[in-house]
Amino acid sequence: MALSGLNLRAPANRVSRRALSYWTLRAVFTWVVIGAVEVLILYVGGSPVSHRMRGVIDVVSVVVALSYIVVMPQWRYRVHRWEATGSAVYTQTGWFTQERRIAPVSRIQTVDSHRGPLEQLLRLANVTVTTASAAGPLKIHGLDRGTADRLVAELTTRTEANTEDAT
Amino acid sequence: MSSPASPPMATAAAPAVAPWRRLSPLMLLVHPIREIGRAVPGLLALLFVGSGAGHGPLWGLVGAGIVAAVSLSRWFTTRYRVSADQVQIREGLFRRRTLAARLERVRTVDVTSSFLHRALGLARVEIGTGVSDRKGSSALRLDGLAADHAARLRGELLHRADATGGTPSLDVPADGLLEPGLPEAEIARLDPAWLRFAPFTLSGVVTGLAILGFGWRLVSETQVDVGTIGPLHSVSAQLSEISLWLAVAEVAVGAAVFVALASTVRYVLAFWGFRLTRHRGGSFHVARGLLTTRATSIDVDRLRGVGISEPLLLRLMGGARTIAIATGLEVGRGASPAGRGGTVLLPDAPLAAALRVASVVTGRPDVVDAALVPHGSAATGRRYTRALGGALAVLALTGLVWWVLGLRGYDWAAGVVLLLGAAPLAADRARNLGHRVAGGYLVTQSGSLVRRKAILETDAIIGWNVRQSLFQRRVGVLTLSATTAAGRQFYRILDVTPTEARRIADAATPGLLSQFGPS
Repeated sequence: MALSGLNLRAPANRVSRRALSYWTLRAVFTWVVIGAVEVLILYVGGSPVSHRMRGVIDVVSVVVALSYIVVMPQWRYRVHRWEATGSAVYTQTGWFTQERRIAPVSRIQTVDSHRGPLEQLLRLANVTVTTASAAGPLKIHGLDRGTADRLVAELTTRTEANTEDAT
Repeated sequence: MSSPASPPMATAAAPAVAPWRRLSPLMLLVHPIREIGRAVPGLLALLFVGSGAGHGPLWGLVGAGIVAAVSLSRWFTTRYRVSADQVQIREGLFRRRTLAARLERVRTVDVTSSFLHRALGLARVEIGTGVSDRKGSSALRLDGLAADHAARLRGELLHRADATGGTPSLDVPADGLLEPGLPEAEIARLDPAWLRFAPFTLSGVVTGLAILGFGWRLVSETQVDVGTIGPLHSVSAQLSEISLWLAVAEVAVGAAVFVALASTVRYVLAFWGFRLTRHRGGSFHVARGLLTTRATSIDVDRLRGVGISEPLLLRLMGGARTIAIATGLEVGRGASPAGRGGTVLLPDAPLAAALRVASVVTGRPDVVDAALVPHGSAATGRRYTRALGGALAVLALTGLVWWVLGLRGYDWAAGVVLLLGAAPLAADRARNLGHRVAGGYLVTQSGSLVRRKAILETDAIIGWNVRQSLFQRRVGVLTLSATTAAGRQFYRILDVTPTEARRIADAATPGLLSQFGPS
């Protein structure tokens, strides 16, 4: 991010390297589905467009899909970072549009961790930190499972000490 | 409804174990009447075409009967009680459940009486506790208390200190607004002259759509050919005789007149008798409505700021409305002027009156009237590229559709109008951007078609979201959002430079960012 005036360093920790495989696999799945739909429309049954147009669509799809599958995970991996200090949680997410979120520990309401089937396979976990604001959940994707468990335990003990209303 | 003369706080000290109380037995009358009202389109269909048009309407009636029976059961199964520290509601026929909320969690109490309720002296009470409103499912709702019981319940919930005989929480600044001995002080009341703003609120569009929907349902159930109905027939015949442009103009004028009239009616229905008061117990109190009356009480601790909203037409007329930013009150879905907006602190009124209410409620006229810091040339540039880009995208898309479908006669004039309209819109949007942190408040303003100004206590800010797209990055700006539990849940400051964003964050929440980099 071009944020020199903000004087805010990036959060300290990267997510797990296995997140790269996770994002790549997910991108591949997405494009396989899109590709299947394209094949259904263009090849099975009468094609709605000319032979030449079909070639153009095929080439464009393959180029877009390949560059997305190759570029997006790398880009994401560089951007996605997180940090939890004694007083605040700080995350950076996104790739095309990037976002940094900061929430003080004193305002944390819940800390959840969540694993999808693909993430289970790769021993990854997501951690979601919610505050009283519906707009401000901090999500950390692609954490190593051990790291995620430690983070959840740590944040839970820190917030338990806090009995304020947190709104 | 509670009359000002008998404040709802004159309750005796609550006993240790409060008895369970029931809803008003008059509700046994309300439910059947309401269900019959809902079945009216079906009944009309029955009257028009008899039983020849299938069994749809008949089944509708049977359904209505079942619904009425189920709602009747609600009276027998619902109980509520207020103990020293909790409000509990027990309800359910097949699945009994007890809803409970700690009294200190109660943020708002809403007392609504529909026309039917009022005829029988009843009221519906909704208790907002912040958490439940957002999840929407398990709100504490008591449909059908006698009006004086509802007022008493509100008193018990909001003015606990008074009810238990302790010291009243006098959270009212010493501005002479609240004279000793008086239970409440009036901040604003509806001036009939404000009705001049009513036609411009556009709320009549909703009415128009509702009527169209009702008409369509009636027509489809009765299967009447619309063209044969007298007045409609003559209108359509007349329209088909004149030129297209004239017909368009005629329909547009007709629609505008209808919307203006319907908006005025809605304004009167929603806001007649509007009164904003401050209670000694420490709450703001909004009462309004002509047929359905509605009284909302907002705990002063839950009121975290105010919003000033100016839709374009209203702004051109010099009008504005004031909205509460409070935890436990939904904004967004609830903020519509005549809808279920419990959040209105002042309906459409002159801007000066709206600002005065904001000043009184926040107690900081200097903050409300302060000049805002403009957002600079990059933000202005982005308003133009976005408006023109949007117009071009619409043109390209419609052009493409025309070309693909092989239509003729693409209307270039409309495209030019769209492009010409984009520039003033962008200019206005750029001019309206502004922010300021002062006096313990964050003020942020944006928008043109609806200009919104939010005045939010900095204490209510939970954290920050810093967002930057590639386009924003190219011109060196970002969007800073303050997240909060109140109102819209987040308030954005569009397209500020990183330096300014840091200044805002440091001024509003000192120290939060400094551990991640020096200011």
